[in-house]
Amino acid sequence: MKLTLRVWRQSGPQDKGKMVEYRLDDISPDASFLEMLDVLNEKLIADGGEPVAFDHDCREGICGMCSLVINGTPHGPEERTTTCQLHMRKFKDGEVIDVEPWRAKAFPVVKDLVVDRSAFDRIIQAGGYITAPTGTAPEAHSTPVPKPDADRAFEAAECIGCGACVAACPNGSASLFLGAKVTHLGLMPQGQPERWDRVVSMLDTHDDEGFGGCTNTGECTVACPKGIPLDVIGSLNRDYLKATAGGKKR
Amino acid sequence: MAVTGAVLVLFLIAHMIGNLKIFLGEGDFDHYAHWLRTIGEPALPHRVLLTIVEIVLTVSVVLHIWSAVSLGKRAAHARPVKYQSKKKSHAQGYATHTMRYGGIIVALFIIWHLLDLTFFAVNPLGSDATPYDRVIADFDGSRWYITIWYVLAVLLVGLHLNHGIWSAFQTLGLRSPRSNGALRALAGGVAGVVTLGFIAVPISVTFGWVS
Ligand code: HEM
Ligand code: SF4
Ligand code: FES
Repeated sequence: MKLTLRVWRQSGPQDKGKMVEYRLDDISPDASFLEMLDVLNEKLIADGGEPVAFDHDCREGICGMCSLVINGTPHGPEERTTTCQLHMRKFKDGEVIDVEPWRAKAFPVVKDLVVDRSAFDRIIQAGGYITAPTGTAPEAHSTPVPKPDADRAFEAAECIGCGACVAACPNGSASLFLGAKVTHLGLMPQGQPERWDRVVSMLDTHDDEGFGGCTNTGECTVACPKGIPLDVIGSLNRDYLKATAGGKKR
Repeated sequence: MAVTGAVLVLFLIAHMIGNLKIFLGEGDFDHYAHWLRTIGEPALPHRVLLTIVEIVLTVSVVLHIWSAVSLGKRAAHARPVKYQSKKKSHAQGYATHTMRYGGIIVALFIIWHLLDLTFFAVNPLGSDATPYDRVIADFDGSRWYITIWYVLAVLLVGLHLNHGIWSAFQTLGLRSPRSNGALRALAGGVAGVVTLGFIAVPISVTFGWVS
């Protein structure tokens, strides 16, 4: 495949950055998107240039490290797929492909396509955990959980913390991520002791980190590689209102 | 957003039903307009209830716009550097994308509408007429452009409600996986009924169907 890439290049956090065009001639349609960038980088290094910095780790769709807004869509054109699991056969021969980092104040660009997502870590530190001592893995049947709750919690627990929801949101809000965590832990018996403090402190941290406010546009759930449903934001709001207006928070 | 929006939705439903009284004839319509000012008398002094409603509506509209502006500002702060590629939208459709600009046009419409039928400044008959005559003169066939303006504005209100009502349930935490279909239907239904109910009056007057 022949491709024209327009890639965001930015040497560091202070640099203004710009789109730079590259041509690639011989890309296999079976290559993954990141392998295609590997080929570009080998070429750049061979030519004495600076390789394009981008994030990745597992390359199997589970770690949440890969990012990239491809032609204006986080994680590219294929639904429910991380950038690392996206293949070049989804593109046309000769296509011009724009590659940009996640754009959010709370996710500052470190270099090129790499952004600092530690704002998510701080949101998790604010309440995305349980304090019950779990010890070694307990017998699974010792704490019964109703099947519908278990299923919904599991669905929410699929969130890999990649941040595509923020990148897609016209308001730059992380409500889908927040909703996934609050729904997941809030449905589990083990998550009950901190339930009402969790939702308030996670949401406060979210706002302090500079993420925007949700207007329920639904862009996040479409961009999410794990298909986290939009109604987790309904659950988030319900828990928040119960905790604050309902007086459940200690 | 959600609470003030809900107040406005309830008002819109009541307002629409009141407007439809024009089809019952001049007497009924003017009597209704008079009744609005005398509800509760003699227990309540003249025009008290109406004034309270007007204050609640004004506060709601102001707070609603204030919330919209602060959400917009937060959004601008949250993404200081824009995408170079045109960011594609994949979700939900037209109603969702017209909330901000549509809302501004609706606000301008509300100002015009108040100048027209509340303060009579831009009404062809002005203050020396009955409410019924003012409406009939307003949407006279020769003033077709006023009818079009009202219809377009109401269509925008309909779009605004279609997303807004559903969105308000989610904001208030009342949306669950099971209730979503029902909430979408409710939002679409209310939006549709309110739109048609409002549009019926100017169209019917313009085409001479009101006697
Ligand atoms: C006057 C000018 C208006 C402006 C500038 C405006 C603006 C907005 C904005 C920006 C939103 C949030 C957008 C979103 O959820 O994506 C919204 C939501 C909403 N609007 Fe308006 N609006 C206006 C008038 C109205 C009117 C006249 C009504 C009802 C009669 C209304 C009812 C609602 C409702 C119910 C919501 C949903 C609240 C929520 O999501 O929590 N709005 N409006
Ligand atoms: S909700 Fe989806 S898009 Fe957002 S961080 Fe989690 S996995 Fe990524
Ligand atoms: S690199 Fe781990 S999810 Fe893509």
